[in-house]
Amino acid sequence: MASKLFRPKKIRVLPGFKLTLGFTLFYLGLIVLIPLAAVFWKTSTLTWPEFWHTITMPTALASYRLTFGASFCAALVNVVFGLIVAWVLVRYEFFGKKIVDALVDLPFALPTAVAGITLAALYSQHGWIGQLLTPLGIKVANTQTGIFIALTFIGLPFIVRTVQPILEDLDPELEEAASSLGANRWQVFWRVILPMLTPALLTGFALAFARALGEYGSVIFIAGNIPMKTQITPVIIMAELDMFDYAKATAIAVVMLVASFALLLTINVLQWWTNRHNTTNLA
Amino acid sequence: MTPAATTFRAPPRATHRHPTTEPPAVRRLLIGIALGFMALFLVLPLVFVFTQAFAKGIEFYFKTLGDANAWNAIKLTLLAAAIAVPLNCVFGVCAAWAIAKFDFRGKNVLLTLIDLPFSVSPVISGLIYVLVFGAQGWLGLYMNADHPKFPWLANWLNEHNIKIIFAVPGIVLATIFVTFPFVARELIPLMQAQGRSEEEAARVLGASGWQTFWRVTVPNIKWGLLYGVILCNARAMGEFGAVSVVSGKIRGQTNTVPLHIEALYDDYNFTGAFAVASLLAFLALITLGLKTWVEHKNAALKEIEVSK
Repeated sequence: MASKLFRPKKIRVLPGFKLTLGFTLFYLGLIVLIPLAAVFWKTSTLTWPEFWHTITMPTALASYRLTFGASFCAALVNVVFGLIVAWVLVRYEFFGKKIVDALVDLPFALPTAVAGITLAALYSQHGWIGQLLTPLGIKVANTQTGIFIALTFIGLPFIVRTVQPILEDLDPELEEAASSLGANRWQVFWRVILPMLTPALLTGFALAFARALGEYGSVIFIAGNIPMKTQITPVIIMAELDMFDYAKATAIAVVMLVASFALLLTINVLQWWTNRHNTTNLA
Repeated sequence: MTPAATTFRAPPRATHRHPTTEPPAVRRLLIGIALGFMALFLVLPLVFVFTQAFAKGIEFYFKTLGDANAWNAIKLTLLAAAIAVPLNCVFGVCAAWAIAKFDFRGKNVLLTLIDLPFSVSPVISGLIYVLVFGAQGWLGLYMNADHPKFPWLANWLNEHNIKIIFAVPGIVLATIFVTFPFVARELIPLMQAQGRSEEEAARVLGASGWQTFWRVTVPNIKWGLLYGVILCNARAMGEFGAVSVVSGKIRGQTNTVPLHIEALYDDYNFTGAFAVASLLAFLALITLGLKTWVEHKNAALKEIEVSK
């Protein structure tokens, strides 16, 4: 407090503020903001009815349902398995734990096109997994299940990496206290640990969901891209681009951008909540 | 202080039950589920890539990689990464310096804007550059020979054979966009956590700005910087969606490695596609290895990850 009061405001000991901030803003504007603004510029060439007609055409509506639905389910599955993976990595000792820990990030590191063709081939009728599923009557390649699997693959690290640090910092005394008060292990988990992990789980869920919404490379090979059935929204944009219908492509891109930005806002709020939650727990 | 209660003799059954861990059976079950899930979703695909790559023998593998189109793709990918990574590095250091070492208004807005490219779908990341530089685009209009005011611009571009969209510059731009936040988002929390007292001390002791930066800041941030560069490079070399929009996919000219994989796959040359894919899978493994090594070298980095 005192130092803030007495420090003269405008004198800066360190140099380079104008230079670095200037370059940051210039580069940000040039690479990110101006090109992104072009999306809204291009959309403005459409009239409202045209815009509305484009974003509500049946193939687009089907793609929103599919993209949002599959992303939601994949993120949900990842919450369960991601929590188990994070739990096991933090709490237990087993052979090869360090390698497993490093492998969690594979979906970040593996290029999406590689993941895409690999999953498509694995789950195709004659693939390693596909041939086991075919006799059971389960088809994965060229179905919505395939999209769900691809999105599950890319989403796993988000949950693990958000939950893991929180789990590491959890104070064992709380669990000891609950246990000494007569709670069994399940009650301790359900009533003490899980509520403390909730903000992190929600953040991880939102991050995985946001990533899945825009995902392209790992999905298109396994999806088969059948209109109305297995076409995700980025594929619709791509199809319009291939027909050089930039206005239409842009209109649908606007819908996706608005959804992503809304999610980004949610994630920021969630992360703020996670941090606050965490500090109150520690204090 | 040990509470007096612990001196009581616990009943024999309770000795197996530590209050903060699960019974061995539950532990084994959970480890089993976690490893099973990881094996199915992560290890199996990885093993599959390498087995498929060599399905037609080593000779075919090297023939695919030695192909002229494959070579061009590799060169283009390396070129795009060699431009995108250093540029985003300079940006990351500048942004982190401005944000961590100074106070100004709108810092949180700036932080959100820096992260923006991560929440944009790869396809849209490519689309925006088509909208700016494409034939019907914002700036593209001025590059048109029919434009009343700047006919010379189109002529000049044609003379020098400069194209942006469906050419190499577009690919580089899209790569820069998708890897934009990587270095900055590693360095900003790191430099914020380190504060500014060391740099201020150096300045007070008479060091120049550059000396302060090179001798005080750089040694402090080198691991974080390396971490960001590794992640940035992995994404730059592996980007597919954004690049596929702007590339035009001319084989041997504007195909990057991931696009070349797609082309081979679409030709039903699966073994070939996996042979090239094995290069990128290998890169992914190296990335994971380096990442783990850097984390091991600098445990403080992990602490920063928490607050992010």
